[in-house]
Amino acid sequence: MSEILVLVEHVDGDVKKVTLELLTLARSLGAPAAVWAGPGYSDAAKAKLAEYGAEKIYVAAADEIADYVVAPKAEVLAHLVAERSPAAVFVAATGEGKEIAGRLAIKTDSGVISDAVGVGEGFIAEQSIFGGGVNVRSRVTKGTPIITVRPNSTAPVAAPAAGAEEKVEVALSDSARAAKIVERVVQEKGARPELTEAAIVVSGGRGVGSGENFAIIEKLADALGAAVGASRAATDAGWYPHQFQVGQTGKTVSPQLYIAAGISGAIQHRAGMQTSKTIVVINKDPEAPLFEIADFGVVGDLFQVVPQLTEEIEKRK
Amino acid sequence: MNIVVCVKQVPDTATERKLRSDDKTLDRDAADGVVNELDEYAVEEALRLKEAHGGEVTVLSMGPAKATETIRKALAMGADKAVHLHDDALHGSDALGTSHAIAQALKKIGFDLVILGSESTDARTGMLAAMLAERLGAPQLTLASKVEVEGTSIRIERVTDYGYDKVEASLPAVVSVVEKINEPRYPSFKGIMAAKKKPVETLGVADAEISADQVGLANSWSEVVEFAAAPPRAAGTVIKDEGDGGVKAAEFLASKKFI
Repeated sequence: MSEILVLVEHVDGDVKKVTLELLTLARSLGAPAAVWAGPGYSDAAKAKLAEYGAEKIYVAAADEIADYVVAPKAEVLAHLVAERSPAAVFVAATGEGKEIAGRLAIKTDSGVISDAVGVGEGFIAEQSIFGGGVNVRSRVTKGTPIITVRPNSTAPVAAPAAGAEEKVEVALSDSARAAKIVERVVQEKGARPELTEAAIVVSGGRGVGSGENFAIIEKLADALGAAVGASRAATDAGWYPHQFQVGQTGKTVSPQLYIAAGISGAIQHRAGMQTSKTIVVINKDPEAPLFEIADFGVVGDLFQVVPQLTEEIEKRK
Repeated sequence: MNIVVCVKQVPDTATERKLRSDDKTLDRDAADGVVNELDEYAVEEALRLKEAHGGEVTVLSMGPAKATETIRKALAMGADKAVHLHDDALHGSDALGTSHAIAQALKKIGFDLVILGSESTDARTGMLAAMLAERLGAPQLTLASKVEVEGTSIRIERVTDYGYDKVEASLPAVVSVVEKINEPRYPSFKGIMAAKKKPVETLGVADAEISADQVGLANSWSEVVEFAAAPPRAAGTVIKDEGDGGVKAAEFLASKKFI
């Protein structure tokens, strides 16, 4: 079977869940080959990638890959595309992943598909566009298909493979060294999972009313092991930091479960969460448009319903 | 400083958006066109940089004839002049084709700094700025929540999942901005009147030395195989809270094995 390159997303040396999803997806279409770019590679990372089906692991571990914005990773992948002629390249559809894919497409004169929610035979990608209103099937017609896949599109399933390691040396070009990262600033996120990766997201909106009140959203999220999101109304009001905004101008999430409290559901918000598998809505306004896409809705005061739900979850643990 | 800010006209997300049944491209006539929201933040940032450092702000927009509405809005906000990249041959270009066309136009215009919104609300690929940096061989300073220029040095804060990266480069550079960066101004009446007199140059494929075989639907690197309206989500259960709404919600979550 022909090789499918999967760019590994990693933080502090840990392989991120989306990579396990991409390996699982790649396995259904070819032989997954993980590509590790940057420092932090370890036996633990190798074991994880092999556990989820990586037949091969290409390791480009030079420190300087992580010292510059995006371009070095695109060069590592371009080098492998030229050397190995893979059947396709999968990259996570994160902010950086999409940028890597875009540069790689130009370097390899290949088509690129953004934000797929599934990939089938012939590398035909499924996309959900216009805020979830239209489903599209598309494919690359020139070069090597480069597909960015939205986190949570596939459930990761372990299927141990060889994980044969191969070191890769890539001499970075001068233009790849043009935007230098001089400092990484880590902002407090606590123990919660990352928003775009989380299996469960609990979001609050205008109805939450203040920054302090977000504590009840956080408590529900923590009871479920979920990430916290916020609508634009809430981030614009300064009640919750911008990087947690779910929506058209914020993050797109596609979790197994999305709980929205005090969010009416303008297209601005729906565009960022409509492909969630199960949607629960809590809002005092029965006319809130988000109820139209809810699997379960409670018309009621979120200050009553949310704490009660949290308490009930804790009770059942 | 010579700043070029790229703006795109997109269908209003508040209206129903469609693909055309004939060539499967975006139906730009079905909905009202508006300025892509994040591009307004790009225009604002360009204007602030000009106010701080002097220079000129040029609006660049690729799109059909009616994209002039979007160009006028950016001019009304305070940009000095505009270039409208407009040619039927560009219709249906994918991200690769679009980035080629815009990169060629940028070479023709000349720039110290290019600023874009980080994503459009229609195609939402989030790739264009990175692709322009690749094509122009310029530093990629994307997903910026803060931009500072000093002489020929530029520093940004790039939003990441864990916080942000401080990134440094030298001009000329390509910047894309996120919503957090500023609060775009509204055009004043005076600005709207002045915009009508500002120069808008139209460039076609030949004028910008765009390779005709790199643009347009027929030369795209990808194709839409088929599309359909998403089936409506099966109607769920909506209950009124009678004092046990939280418990009922927990029962639902338990029935789905979330708890």
